[in-house]
Amino acid sequence: MRFSRVVAIPFVLASLATAARAEVPVGAIEILSGPNAAYGTSIKAGLDLALDTINKKGILDGQKIALTVEDSAGNKDQAINAARKLVGRDKVVAVIGPTLSNEMFAVGPVTNERRIPTVGTSTTANGITAIGDYIFRTSLPESDVIPVTLKKAQARGVKTIALMYANDDAFSKSGFDVMKAAAEKSGLKIVAIESFGSKDTDFSAQLTKIKGLKPDAIGISALVEPVSGVLLQARQLGFGKETQFIGGNGSNSPKLGEIAGAAADGLIVGSPWFIAKPDPISEKFVSDFQAKNGKSPDQFAAQAFDAMFIVAAAIDRAGAADSEKVRDALLKTNYSGVMGPFTFTSGRDPASTEGVVVLEMQGGKFGIAK
Amino acid sequence: MLSQQLVNGVLLGATYALFALGFTLMFGVLRVINLTYGFYFSAGAFIALFATRQWGFSIWLALPLAAIGSGLIAVLLDWLLLTRLRAKGAPELASLMVTLGAVLALYSAMTLLFGPDIRRLPPDVIGADALVFAGIRVTQAQFLVVGTTAVLVLALVALMRGTRLGVGIRAMAERPDAAELMGIDTARLAALVSFLSGFLAGAGGVLIGLNFNAIQPYMGEQMMLRGFVVIIVGGLGDLRGALIAGLLLGVIEVLTAGYLDSGLKEAVAFAILVAVLWTRPSGLFGQAVLRRA
Repeated sequence: MRFSRVVAIPFVLASLATAARAEVPVGAIEILSGPNAAYGTSIKAGLDLALDTINKKGILDGQKIALTVEDSAGNKDQAINAARKLVGRDKVVAVIGPTLSNEMFAVGPVTNERRIPTVGTSTTANGITAIGDYIFRTSLPESDVIPVTLKKAQARGVKTIALMYANDDAFSKSGFDVMKAAAEKSGLKIVAIESFGSKDTDFSAQLTKIKGLKPDAIGISALVEPVSGVLLQARQLGFGKETQFIGGNGSNSPKLGEIAGAAADGLIVGSPWFIAKPDPISEKFVSDFQAKNGKSPDQFAAQAFDAMFIVAAAIDRAGAADSEKVRDALLKTNYSGVMGPFTFTSGRDPASTEGVVVLEMQGGKFGIAK
Repeated sequence: MLSQQLVNGVLLGATYALFALGFTLMFGVLRVINLTYGFYFSAGAFIALFATRQWGFSIWLALPLAAIGSGLIAVLLDWLLLTRLRAKGAPELASLMVTLGAVLALYSAMTLLFGPDIRRLPPDVIGADALVFAGIRVTQAQFLVVGTTAVLVLALVALMRGTRLGVGIRAMAERPDAAELMGIDTARLAALVSFLSGFLAGAGGVLIGLNFNAIQPYMGEQMMLRGFVVIIVGGLGDLRGALIAGLLLGVIEVLTAGYLDSGLKEAVAFAILVAVLWTRPSGLFGQAVLRRA
């Protein structure tokens, strides 16, 4: 008798706590401080905006989502600690983030082992979802975006291409691997492959060599600073409009126009989203975001906004705040948001590239490529 | 294509030589490993950036202003950091560490102040059209780099050989204590050499920033490695050696990238450095001291 009463007390307390809380704990790990804080801040603003709508209506019969955002400062160890805290102490049913692919490679194995579904919103490197069965992403990997960009170039008559990339930076090298594979698959003839250092300022030797081979296009995989340098020097060496410049993910930054100016005109780059995309859901998101934050959203905010809805809907469909059920529900996602129609492949990557927009630099600014 | 590649190499080499001139002067005369040199280079570029962007100066006004400004910064930093060490005859390692610490602090402060972003001088400070001879393209900024480097080398050699001041500097380079006994004010001369090397670095920062369209706080740091190669291969304190070594390094890098593999550019250039120092430990041109200048 005495024994059973002692055992019963914690159970009663636990059920009381659940009833009183009526909140579903969800965690996010983003870069909120340090040099890359702009990304995480933007993602957090996107998540918060989505939560405003989600919590007005509630999920699981009126429960609210309690979102805890932890700062990784762009540091892998801090990201792992954040994951342990979210899983161990806050008992989250799902984790959103982390911000960078290499943080995900550190955090993913931890959350995957604890069977907590983890949804990257800005991780584009190859192999993210191969970490384990609980790792998802809503951001299109480069291997999905670049073929769309190349198709646009081919529609403009591009048949031969030279590739350039920064060989001392994992992001640029992985983008190059993707670009090379995509070019081969789409039947483009690769006439030259040239590399440089991401801190280099002189690219004249590589560009002179490429100029002698007269390719229709030059594909560049590097961060925005060296891409700007390549473009400026290419114009000095006499590359004109007849050469189609094609950028990877690193070129998708307004800084390209700020640094390279008119030299960047004509470069095309694929983007998962664009602020001036003519689509009612996207337009409403932009105006709501501006009203709440006093500034325009970028692609990271847009991706996070959709991901928050996708996770909330999965918890709702799961019927309980149970991470196993949430994982299964996530796989059955069928959502239409700011980025366009969205489902997951069986490999937990985005299934559709329908939302990809090809952008073109014109007068130092990106617009939708015609 | 070979002719354009050779021209590319000479142009790149001229930027290395231009960077190295003040560095080799300071090394050869003051005999201290002063790592703040790269900061004078960045400072010159930023002074020109402000002069042209904020005050609307032309490049012909901004360039001397930046050179003089960097020269004064060099005098101040040399006085602040190294006077005490020189007076005490501290070992070379002490000046290396003091200036290493100082230069890192200066770069970080500059980054905090101006941000890490790459900036450019206004595109209209110099004509953008390249000049074309027989299919070879050279921009006006590149002409300016090569022309300035040539003029500076000639002017410095003339100063060292043909003036009393030059004789004093060379005397100090050889035996500072003896020069002092001969009535040379070595403290004043040290300040003057600091000013000259800062002046050269500042001018180099403006022109190289203009040429590559890339001005940011750490730009000097990124030139330092090649700066070291050029002054060691050319011989410490040897102005013509720095010119020739700079041009060689530029041409080797460009030809490797153009005809071998762009990934091997640095590997080949630095392997040649090792080979040169193996066979000629005092630099390409033998015993390198400023008295030969």
